[in-house]
Amino acid sequence: MKILVPIKRVPDYEAKIKVKADGSGVETQDIKWIVNPFDEIAVEEALKLKEAGQATEVIVVSIGPEDTTQQLRYTMAMGADSGVLVKTDEYVDSDLASRILVEVFKKGGYGLIIMGKQAIDSDASQTPQLIAARLKVGQACFASKVALEGDSVTVTREVDGGLETIKIKCPCVVSTDLRLNQPRYASLPGIMKAKKKPLEELTLESLGVEAKTKLKVHKMVPPKSRQGGKKVDSVVALVAALKNEAKVI
Amino acid sequence: MSNVLVFVQQSEGKISKVTKCSITAATEIKTQIKTQGGAPKIIGACFGPGASAAADEALTFGFDQVYFSEAPELKNYLSVPYSEALLTAASEGGCSIVVSPATTTGKDLMPRVAVGLEAGQASDIIGVNSDGTFKRPMYAGDVIGDVEILTPNKVITVRGTAFAPAEGSGAKGSKSELTVSFNKELMGEFVSYETSASERPELSDAEVIVSGGRALKSSETFMQMMAPLADVFGAAIGASRAAVDSGYAPNDWQVGQTGKVVAPSLYIAVGISGAIQHLAGMKDSKVIVAINKDPEAPIFEIADYGLVADLFEALPQLVEEVKKAKG
Repeated sequence: MKILVPIKRVPDYEAKIKVKADGSGVETQDIKWIVNPFDEIAVEEALKLKEAGQATEVIVVSIGPEDTTQQLRYTMAMGADSGVLVKTDEYVDSDLASRILVEVFKKGGYGLIIMGKQAIDSDASQTPQLIAARLKVGQACFASKVALEGDSVTVTREVDGGLETIKIKCPCVVSTDLRLNQPRYASLPGIMKAKKKPLEELTLESLGVEAKTKLKVHKMVPPKSRQGGKKVDSVVALVAALKNEAKVI
Repeated sequence: MSNVLVFVQQSEGKISKVTKCSITAATEIKTQIKTQGGAPKIIGACFGPGASAAADEALTFGFDQVYFSEAPELKNYLSVPYSEALLTAASEGGCSIVVSPATTTGKDLMPRVAVGLEAGQASDIIGVNSDGTFKRPMYAGDVIGDVEILTPNKVITVRGTAFAPAEGSGAKGSKSELTVSFNKELMGEFVSYETSASERPELSDAEVIVSGGRALKSSETFMQMMAPLADVFGAAIGASRAAVDSGYAPNDWQVGQTGKVVAPSLYIAVGISGAIQHLAGMKDSKVIVAINKDPEAPIFEIADYGLVADLFEALPQLVEEVKKAKG
């Protein structure tokens, strides 16, 4: 079985995100770009399935500008067999991403798509489900455990109030939650090997996808800052403040 | 037709609090459409065992109509049959806008509904603007964006903490049973559900939350220290990602960007340094208390009351003092 792992290039989660003065977007000049952490977990899970002999090939795909090859190479250094870059410099919303990834999926004869449950920049948590719906296949989102058995996959999902386990038929889409696994680091030999692995470049035109989004972000602003910083010097003073000032006791 | 459909989440015939918050958001969306010249109805849909009783409760919140189905295919939540049921309700009710709480179920379900309606989706909205756009957090809450959905049909998931729960009044609408044709081939199979429910309130419903970090040292000491504090407040227990990753607390106690987003009246952060990801999940709490040994911990910058102290000394004392204060 071939596994397709879509990955997204996002700003480092430790970076302080600053909104541009005109509100048109965020400052990206000094940003360090990384693979969306949830997608890294997806790559790891696909590699594990391959190492267990349950998958034959792991292909990573990303959508973005030329520089995104760096993130694709990184996941190839982790062990993915090859990569696909769908090149665009334009804003891509979840819906457009899903339409692009559906076309990539259709080209390859894949049995499974594994990807992060959300990207830590747009925080939308839509693309995996949109892909599944467009392909008319099943989905198992927020996975904390994945077991492939024959032509179906049993997934334990992290849901409000507990853990839910479902079984769906392949092909299907699995989205990964935080604690599915601990992604490996790219090794030095892995990095050397990755340089020679195939990386195909595609465009929206070559895939026959119309470059139209369903969302438009008009203005970005920083959130209202919270006035905090007051210190109390003892437990007794804290309880007195909570009772008499904040009136929450 | 531009009616507004609300996915009413219910369990055993009772409507969830976050659904009530979503009804408030839907009412604001109705007003938004009215200012643009429309006159939409608000329609509800609830599914699964107890849906009929939940529909009766839903009607008290001013719905014009509530669809329900207790079909066996909807016994447990599965994305495919639930999206088919919701799309059927949207079609019967002439709805072009579908609103759902941004719970794990809502997040899982709504993109499938969006594809069925060829609609754009705004996730996790925290505000409804009069110009037709929606406010939503991005970048772990470091950015608030005004987002426009460009398609005539629209799908919206709602962050419950950003809207007050709707108050019930007299029912005026009516309920009707929905007949859905299911694609059984695609449905998938529900295997099991393992609840982590306890006697304590749910994180998303709690008035008071006490949350522990990695400084709690182990799962045993986590509960030894946090449980008495939770008990004295009748609070829910939360945890930082670091504490969950270290195995001190179950996964679904995690508060933060990728866990639960909460906004209780009182949030007590114990031994939590205050990473951006954690702050994204709790900074809208009314009163924040931080107890940490490190005076430089970033959590103090947003805390209303900071106490620099060793939690293992401060917590037992805090429990005693709160008991006294409560009389």
